[in-house]
Amino acid sequence: MPMYDRGKVLTGLAIFVIIMTFPVWYNLVRAQHVPKTELPKDVKQCVGTVDYMRSSHMQVLDIWRNEVVRDENRKVIELGGKQYVKSLQLGCMACHPDRKKFCDECHTYAAVDPFCWDCHFQPKETK
Amino acid sequence: MDVKRRKFLKIAGLSAVAGITAPTAFNSLLNGAAFASSTEHGAPPAAEGSHATGHGGHEEESNLFQYGMVIDIKKFAEHQGLAEKCVTACHSEHNVPDFGNPKDEIKWIWVDDYEHGFTGYSQNKSMTGLNDLPVLLTCNHCANPPCVRACPTKATFKNDHGVVVMDFHRCIGCRFCMAACPYGARSFNWRNPREKYANGNYKFYKNGINPNYPTRMRGVVEKCNFCPERLAVGKLPACVEATGNTKAMVFGNINDPKSEIAQVLSANFTIQRNPAAGTKPSVFYII
Repeated sequence: MPMYDRGKVLTGLAIFVIIMTFPVWYNLVRAQHVPKTELPKDVKQCVGTVDYMRSSHMQVLDIWRNEVVRDENRKVIELGGKQYVKSLQLGCMACHPDRKKFCDECHTYAAVDPFCWDCHFQPKETK
Repeated sequence: MDVKRRKFLKIAGLSAVAGITAPTAFNSLLNGAAFASSTEHGAPPAAEGSHATGHGGHEEESNLFQYGMVIDIKKFAEHQGLAEKCVTACHSEHNVPDFGNPKDEIKWIWVDDYEHGFTGYSQNKSMTGLNDLPVLLTCNHCANPPCVRACPTKATFKNDHGVVVMDFHRCIGCRFCMAACPYGARSFNWRNPREKYANGNYKFYKNGINPNYPTRMRGVVEKCNFCPERLAVGKLPACVEATGNTKAMVFGNINDPKSEIAQVLSANFTIQRNPAAGTKPSVFYII
């Protein structure tokens, strides 16, 4: 069976396929840049295990927020002789002072855009 | 079966009446007691955490924990600039923005004159110089707060210490609470409270910045919270601390007869702002 305008049709098809699959391979290339997590120096422990904090830090923050703001439960968490305030600004950021490394590295990768910093200060911001 | 139209209509009507009334009658029989007691006073449902009773002007003694404040206007008149000092202390503690524009003004505590603070009281033949006194106004942390009832998200609520708290995280900016508050104690962030001047400084009140306290965001209502973050670490609210030893402001649990504030209240004649609104303000004034 003869094919009319073979060249035009095939190039058109090729362009169409490239455009349609663009998001797939674009993200394949981009996904190569897996975020590198960096533990804070001189700090050996956190309020949870690494796995737990990685998967559930948002729940921890929500629970803390509700306890502190709504339930008047500001009891300091004591772990291994160290005290942790239930606070993002004064608790978490005390050990993890760099927002870019500690928050944005993964959040940008995962396209998660939390609104903590609309109100809360990050350690360097006020200086 | 031959049913006459007349008979059919009779049966249909009777079934409809029975269907409508039976559940109601049944329910009222079941919960008769509870139903009667909840409507006894004809009072609106009590706000969460507060025991509002509808006994008109006669307020029942309450033993609930209720933080309150006594503001001694005479002492503020004696100490020039003390009222402004309190405002500065509060606003710089809480990173309150100052846009220099009354339309966008955010205020947690502010100075006004007697005439505007106590509109319910007659100004006829009033004491000379009464309106020159600096009157500090703030959220009254009412025992029966109308803002709490108006809030659709429970962003504002009464906590266990009787403080009407704002949970800024939950505020959707509907401003119902502002309409409900008879004291104008709530401010809305029309502008981003983190706006900066050209030189990179935040437009905060008197350039004060407290890195330990967050700001708010645009579209959120804010007001005085009685400094729960300071009370938690054993400090007094920022404004009370600013008055030092002058005793111009006394803070404490007004329902604890042994507290200093309860003794000040029982030893002095005090007035509240707009008591007729029935909100039971917890901020008292010695004029």
